[in-house]
Amino acid sequence: MAKIGIKVKVNGVERAAEVESRLLLVHFLRENLRLTGTHIGCDTSHCGACTVVLDGRAIKSCAIFAVQADGREILTVEGLEQDGKLHALQEGFFQEHGLQCGYCTPGMLMTGYAFLKSKFNSTEGPTESEIRHAISGNLCRCTGYVNIVKAYQYAAAKMREGGAQ
Amino acid sequence: MIPRSFEYLAPRTLSEAISLLQKSGPEAKILSGGQSLIPMMKLRLATPAYIIDINRIPGLNYISESDGYLRIGALARESDLEVSPTVISRFPILADTTAVIADPLVRNQATVCGNLAHGDPANDHPATMLALEASLIAAGPSGEREISVESFFTGLFTTDLQPDEILKEIKIPIPSPLSGGAYLKLERKVGDYATAGVAVQITVNDAGICQRAGIGLTNVGFSTLKAKKAEAFLTGKTLDDSTIKQAAELAAGEAQPIDDIRGSADYKRDLIRVLTARAINRAFKRAKGGA
Repeated sequence: MAKIGIKVKVNGVERAAEVESRLLLVHFLRENLRLTGTHIGCDTSHCGACTVVLDGRAIKSCAIFAVQADGREILTVEGLEQDGKLHALQEGFFQEHGLQCGYCTPGMLMTGYAFLKSKFNSTEGPTESEIRHAISGNLCRCTGYVNIVKAYQYAAAKMREGGAQ
Repeated sequence: MIPRSFEYLAPRTLSEAISLLQKSGPEAKILSGGQSLIPMMKLRLATPAYIIDINRIPGLNYISESDGYLRIGALARESDLEVSPTVISRFPILADTTAVIADPLVRNQATVCGNLAHGDPANDHPATMLALEASLIAAGPSGEREISVESFFTGLFTTDLQPDEILKEIKIPIPSPLSGGAYLKLERKVGDYATAGVAVQITVNDAGICQRAGIGLTNVGFSTLKAKKAEAFLTGKTLDDSTIKQAAELAAGEAQPIDDIRGSADYKRDLIRVLTARAINRAFKRAKGGA
């Protein structure tokens, strides 16, 4: 089957590749671009370890073909840190012990990134129940949800102080 | 898991998509959100030779109100429903439904039309659309036709859509004042299919007498069921506890559940009874202006 040319902006950098139509986005990121921060967990679109932000929305990269991302913009966990400075969410996970084994963390961070961005009109919150609803598609098998919620709250407070980013 | 190879086609217009469907016939699948299709392709439960990606067709991503109808375009995502002011204020039943479909990440990609076109009786929107008496606009080679949602679901993973047709729009009548609806689903965990689900949409008059009732049942049959006996029983009656109780028993009798990993048939039938009563109560409260 002929390969298809795609151009995708990943973490601010234009990337071009020839891919098979059946190549999943997660494999494109990990194998073609060697961006292995995005994890494959269940490979059945249940666990959310493969979450990336596509045109501002958090999605599961194991349930979308790379060709569908042609002409679009992707943010992966590698793109969160800016100029050597951790994103407020990454700092929150560090400060609040939001990870144990770390496998779900990239997905948790990307879901959180899109969620906190969408929530940034409000002057307070998000509440614990809003956060728990937002992360209901990301499984943490260490069951460290309490600290993940705290990490989100840490980041939200920090982002409010410093203005939305 | 790697899907079988396929030819990827990305038409820019609806008519181009339809002519591609005509050419490739039943070997083609339409890709909108892909949140059921792609997992099925990975498991090789689906092995289409052609994928026709409609995501690059402009003008299909809308949730709008016109001529007394709410219209949901083929590319409107589940998460768009969650934030639509019209949906939140006039269609609480739709807001209930979308909030319990899969999980937030899947809802960012999954489409409402796809939830229907997939024809899975375990999906949640079919019951809601039955309760709302929606119609579906199918676009095909000879133009558009309107299908009542009641005649759309013909069986397990089977709909009235022809191989050369695309589900273009869901058209839902805007409910009259004093209307309310609710969708209740029991799931073992987020992302699971319903053990059972019930959608109820009612309209009452000033005296609190039920003018119309729509009731859809999720995942208790080989296609999504409309609880017609319970609907007919409610119509013309005051919605007191004993009426609601009897309607719930009728709905339970109309369910056709089977024993499976989510529970026994008896358990699910009883669940339909409980959820129907609760959904009628909530719909009634909302019809009277409550939350």
